[in-house]
Amino acid sequence: MTTKLKPVDAVVVGTGVVGSIMAKELADAGLKVVALERGRMIDPQHDFAVPSTYDELKFDRFSDIFQDLSRETLTFRNSPGERALPMREMGSFKPGEAVGGTALHWSTHARRFLPWDFETRSRTVERYGKGMIPENCTSQDWGITYEELEPYYDQFEHLYGVGGKAGNLDGVIQEGGNPFEGPRSREYPNPPSPMTYAGTMFATACAELGYKPHVNPIAAQTQAYTNPYKLMLGQCIRGGFCTSHACSQGAKANPSTTVIPALLKQENCEIRPLSNVIRVNLDSDRKRATGVTYLDASGREFEQPADIVVLGAYTFNNVRLMLLSGIGAPYDPVANRGVVGRNYSYQSHGRVTMFFEEKAFNPFMGGGARGTAIDEFNGDNFDHSGLDFFGGAYVNVASAGALPIRSTTVPAGTPKWGSEWKRAAAHYYQRNFSIRVGGGCQSYRQNYLDLDPTYRDANGLPLLRMTFDWGENERKSIDWVTGKAEEIAKAMNPSRMNTSGQHGHYDIVPYQSTHNIGGAAMGADPATSAVNKYLQSWDVSNVFVIGGSAFPQNAAYPPTQTIGTLACWAADNIRGTYLKRPGPMA
Amino acid sequence: MQESAEAPHVFNYLTQPEVRFLDAAAARLIPADDLGPGGKEAGVSAYIDNQLNSVWGSHGRNYRSGPWPEGTPYQGFQSRLTPREIYRAAIRETNVHCLKQYQKAFEFLGPREQDDVLKGLESGTIELSSVSSKLFFGLLIRNTMEGFFADPIYGGNRDKVGWKLIGFPGVPPSNYNDLIDEHNVPYRVEPVSILDIRQGKVQLDAQGLPKHVRLGNQE
Repeated sequence: MTTKLKPVDAVVVGTGVVGSIMAKELADAGLKVVALERGRMIDPQHDFAVPSTYDELKFDRFSDIFQDLSRETLTFRNSPGERALPMREMGSFKPGEAVGGTALHWSTHARRFLPWDFETRSRTVERYGKGMIPENCTSQDWGITYEELEPYYDQFEHLYGVGGKAGNLDGVIQEGGNPFEGPRSREYPNPPSPMTYAGTMFATACAELGYKPHVNPIAAQTQAYTNPYKLMLGQCIRGGFCTSHACSQGAKANPSTTVIPALLKQENCEIRPLSNVIRVNLDSDRKRATGVTYLDASGREFEQPADIVVLGAYTFNNVRLMLLSGIGAPYDPVANRGVVGRNYSYQSHGRVTMFFEEKAFNPFMGGGARGTAIDEFNGDNFDHSGLDFFGGAYVNVASAGALPIRSTTVPAGTPKWGSEWKRAAAHYYQRNFSIRVGGGCQSYRQNYLDLDPTYRDANGLPLLRMTFDWGENERKSIDWVTGKAEEIAKAMNPSRMNTSGQHGHYDIVPYQSTHNIGGAAMGADPATSAVNKYLQSWDVSNVFVIGGSAFPQNAAYPPTQTIGTLACWAADNIRGTYLKRPGPMA
Repeated sequence: MQESAEAPHVFNYLTQPEVRFLDAAAARLIPADDLGPGGKEAGVSAYIDNQLNSVWGSHGRNYRSGPWPEGTPYQGFQSRLTPREIYRAAIRETNVHCLKQYQKAFEFLGPREQDDVLKGLESGTIELSSVSSKLFFGLLIRNTMEGFFADPIYGGNRDKVGWKLIGFPGVPPSNYNDLIDEHNVPYRVEPVSILDIRQGKVQLDAQGLPKHVRLGNQE
């Protein structure tokens, strides 16, 4: 039994960083909007109250703001020859499940991608020749440039109150900022954060080596701030408990602080929590969506008709809904044809942890990604001639608060338990910090998403299947940049050093990052992309698929700010162009 | 700040022999020594008992449908058994091994023998009949560390001994921003837990955040 509801102008799937902005912008344009969220409603004042947010165990493991895998997970294998098995326990990444989405627990690294990141393939071929790109690599241009997105990066930064220092204002390099960033039209809305001891030590060592250190731009408010939706955000108190955690201070910019309170006041928009969309409905010639079907908390089926369908969920859900609904051709890695599920990618990492004997870093004081970074080894900011990889990594220190279960780090070679471990843990907790090497991740033919033939969710629908392993390019680039990070580390004279790179196979167990991207890539060519540059489905023109799913490969920087920026860009183009003349925009 | 003795834990899931096993294991994984109390004193067994009664103990938020073939190490946890079931089976079977090998249960072995058994579980050289010993040890070490370092509301980290060991201050105050320029100056305080706040043991400011009491900076 399906209950057919009254039609609306637009239905938005998901209420995270994308869904919240899309619902707000479309409602502001006068549309009647319904936003469907599979998770529960969040009341930040009570859900994220003092002192219960200061609970490492809860947010590492139990919190119901993370996806409930008992109802839906995905299956995973390293290569197409293996049998995929379900990810039974949360590990490598933590997708969200609540009004506010995954961004409720992001760590606030608010970076614009480099201009190069949007034109990875053409610029690499242009500078180094075709031979630089491995044969099985499917990385491609985005079909959009940094220049086109710049006003929307600016919009997002003001929405989220990002604090930082410009490095390039209209082409003029600014002292103290990141000289490698693309030109920006104006300064950040908030000042950069005052610096921690670790961030200062790292910046000093980098400057002495001739690099250009700068303060990480972050969306943990560096001062009280009112955003363009007239919402007030509090100042970050540097209390730590940041990554994986919700913020009790209203200082971490996220959908629940920057957009949703304004959305809840809007009469022409409704957020329906505990509403799990299972399908986009298409008309008989499959060129037009008629709305979506969802299940409510008690499993009752509803059809919500709408003129516009926005898939604004997490990467996995956007791709899965396209596959379950038959929107776009599923990717076939053997023939290298089809687009949905193609170019799934992730984020590569290296790390150098330095241990000192006579220092005190007070590592529990932290706020978002507060720290410093250099960008000399990111993207194509350095000459790769003679190197056997392309792309790179940004090198940074960031203090989100070293919590004791996860961050009691000891020098390599120390036993994992017993007296020796205890002595090292007691001595070094206060006396270590890490340089993090955040790397890009190219896309490959053998890394993709499709529907699993065996395992099903609680509604009987096939789970998404992930086939993924690290590429040689990522192993090499992380090794190389981590070598540079080690040189910087040595300049600080630590007594001991742990170094880790991107070796071996991708392992779904240890937490790495919630930076799963691709599978519904945007692009200029319908043969290799699922959506056009306006995030509009090539096949069903009233469906927009917006999110990390649209990245054709991953940049080194964390993805959240670019995901939000794509929403601002898509919303503006829907308002300015599509609503006047519905139909294919490219 | 006055530390009152916390009420003894009433074990709900674990049996007395299981508690004695876990106390003995926690005492080797994190020994009491000149640096302070260890895992046993911190109440790791009480913590594990609480965890086995929680949603996590029965993998209530995990995917639990079959089929259950063995996976590669990169595919993660694939056992049909929940943590409750793993602890129950593995403790019993480890004791069977100890009785065979040493004619004594684990809790009665000397420290060196206990370490050998723990290493045998860790490396997988001791084979248990119904569960992988590595899987069991992985849960045991993870839960022991959690029971030592998680907020005392979960029953472990008694008297915040884990936090005192490393110098973690717990729930933050509202004034860390004032200290941002205190570079290389260790911030030492009596740690504050959520439990302390719930029990009304600490002074709070208008926001409900604790006022930390700083300790001297001498080692």
